[in-house]
Amino acid sequence: MSIRSQSDAFDHQGPGEKAVGLTPRGAWNAFIMLLSREVLRFGRIWVQTVLPPMIMTALYFVVFGHLIGPRIGTIDGVPYIQYLVPGLILMSVITQSYANSVSSFFGAKFARHVEELLVSPMPSWLIIVGYVAGGVARGLTVGGAVTLVALLFAELSVHSVLNLFGVALMTSILFALGGLINAVYATHFDHISIVPTFVLTPLTYLGGVFYSINMLSDFWQQASLYNPILYIINGFRYAMLGISDVPVWSTYAILAVGIVLAYLYVLRLFRKGIGMRG
Amino acid sequence: MSNAVEIYELEKTYEGGTRALKGIELAIAEGDFFALLGPNGAGKSTTIGILCSLVNKTRGTVRVFGHDLDRDRAWVKSQIGVVPQEFNFNQFEPVEEVVINQGGFYGMTRKAAKKRAHELLKQLGLYDKREGMARALSGGMKRRLMIARALVHGPRMLILDEPTAGVDIELRRGMWDFLTQINKQGTTIILTTHYLEEAEALCRNIAIINEGRIVEHTSMRHLLGKLSQETFVLYSRDPVQSLPEMPVQGSRLIDDETIEVDLTRGQELTGVFDVLRGHGIVIERMKNKTNRLEELFLRLVQDDDAAINAEEPS
Repeated sequence: MSIRSQSDAFDHQGPGEKAVGLTPRGAWNAFIMLLSREVLRFGRIWVQTVLPPMIMTALYFVVFGHLIGPRIGTIDGVPYIQYLVPGLILMSVITQSYANSVSSFFGAKFARHVEELLVSPMPSWLIIVGYVAGGVARGLTVGGAVTLVALLFAELSVHSVLNLFGVALMTSILFALGGLINAVYATHFDHISIVPTFVLTPLTYLGGVFYSINMLSDFWQQASLYNPILYIINGFRYAMLGISDVPVWSTYAILAVGIVLAYLYVLRLFRKGIGMRG
Repeated sequence: MSNAVEIYELEKTYEGGTRALKGIELAIAEGDFFALLGPNGAGKSTTIGILCSLVNKTRGTVRVFGHDLDRDRAWVKSQIGVVPQEFNFNQFEPVEEVVINQGGFYGMTRKAAKKRAHELLKQLGLYDKREGMARALSGGMKRRLMIARALVHGPRMLILDEPTAGVDIELRRGMWDFLTQINKQGTTIILTTHYLEEAEALCRNIAIINEGRIVEHTSMRHLLGKLSQETFVLYSRDPVQSLPEMPVQGSRLIDDETIEVDLTRGQELTGVFDVLRGHGIVIERMKNKTNRLEELFLRLVQDDDAAINAEEPS
C-alpha cells in the first residue's frame, strides 16, 4: 500500500498559486465527522447528559406543578403546570447546549486532542460550526426528552410550530457559542462551572421560567427587562401557549444579535489561537 | 529537487519574554529524511509547532512545498502529518476512531478514512486492537497509533517529535523500518529525537539547534566527516600480555582481552589488524566506543555555548 494519497478532499494547487485547504466536499466531510464525534460523545455518556435533566424536570413538575401549582391556579389564563412547560424545556436547551460546548472543548484542550483539529486544514469557522452543531444536537435532544417527560404531567399545545423550532434552534446556537467562549478562556475544570452556576442559572430562574413578570412590582418588572433570558423564554412560551410578557420580535432580535456577536467574538479567539496555540 | 520546507529569519518570543527562536534559517529538500537535533529547550518543538500551526510565530517566513504558511495555511496543513511528543488523542475513543476522525478532519469520507485506517493499523500492528479503547494501549502502541493517525490523509511530509521516546528497542527498530519505507515512497520526514543513533541511522541531512539558533545545517555524512578522532574497542580471542607498537594515534590495553585504539582521520584499521596478527593476536569482534554523532553534537553545542558566553557582556 502506498502511504501517500491524493485525496479529492484537498485543493491541489502548485506553488505560487493561491491554494485553499479543503474543497467544499472535504469541508462537509470534516463537519460531519466533528458533529458525529460530538453526538457520539454525549450519547456514550447519556446517563450524565440526558437522564439528569429529565429527572430534574420530572421533579419540577411534581413539586411546582402538582403540589404548589393548584394553589397558584392560572397565569394569563393558563393552568400553572402548563405555564411551566415552555420555561422548563428551554431551560434544558440553554444549559445543555452550553454544557456540551464548554465541557467538550475544554476537555479537548485539557487532553490536548484539540490539536487534532488545529493541525488539520479545517478553517476556524468550520471548527466553531462543528462544536456549535454538537451543542445544538445535545440541547435539542435533551429538550425533546424533557418534552416527553412533560407529556406525563401536563397537556402540551403548540401555538406556532415555526416559532417553536426557530426559538429553540437559535437559543441552542447562542448558548453553544457561549459555552465555546467559556471553554477557550478556561484553564481549570473549575472555570467551566463558574458561568453556568453564577450567571446562567440565576438569569434563567429570574427569566420567567416559573412566573410572569406581571406578577412583580414595577421596579422588578423593569429590572427583569435587562435579563436577556426573559425574552428568550417568553418567545418560546409564545410559540407553545400563545402568551408572552414581551413582543416576539424582541426574542428574535436578542437571539440574532447575540448569535452574531458571540460568533464574531469566538471566531476572533480561534483565529488568534487564544487559549489554544502558543 | 525543490524544497519541502524553507524557513527564513524565524523568530518566536513567548509571552513572558522567552526568546525560543532567534532568527533561524533552514531548508529541507522534498523527499529528505531530516533530523532536527538540539538539547532540551533549544527550540526544536517550537520550530515544529510553528510548521504545524500549533505555535504562532513572532516574525519570519515559512514556506512548505513552495506555499507561504501565512497565505496558504489550510493548504499547508493538508500536506503535513504530525506525530507530537505527548499523547494528544482522545483516550476515551476506540483506537480506530482516533484514526478515522483525523481522516475526517482532513476532509475524507468516513468510508475512505476507515479503509485507510485499517490498512495503517495493520501495517503498524494495531489492527487487532482497533475496537479497544485507546487508553488501554501500551506506550509503544500509543506512539504507533499517533503515526497511523498522522498518515491517514496521505501527507507529503511527516513531522515526528521524539517518536520513539519510551519505546523498547525492538519496537523502535520496527518503527525505523516503517519510517524508512514511507520515506522511500516519497514522504519527506522531519524527525527530532534524543536518540542520536536514531538520527544517524535514519537521516540524510541534519540541523543542530541550540538556544534558538541553528549551529549546524549539513548532510549527515559531511557532519560525521568532521570527526577528527574515533575510538574502537577490539576484543581478543586469547589473553594479551602486552601491546605491540601500532600505527595509530593511541592504543591501550584495558584488560587482558580488551584493546582500545584511537584513530585520527586518514588512519586505517587494516594497519592495526596487520600489526596485531603479526604478533599472534586474533581479534574476534570490535565496536565503536562512542556514539559518533553524540560526540559531535556535544562538541557543537558546547562550542556554541562558549561563543554565546563570549558575546555576552560581563
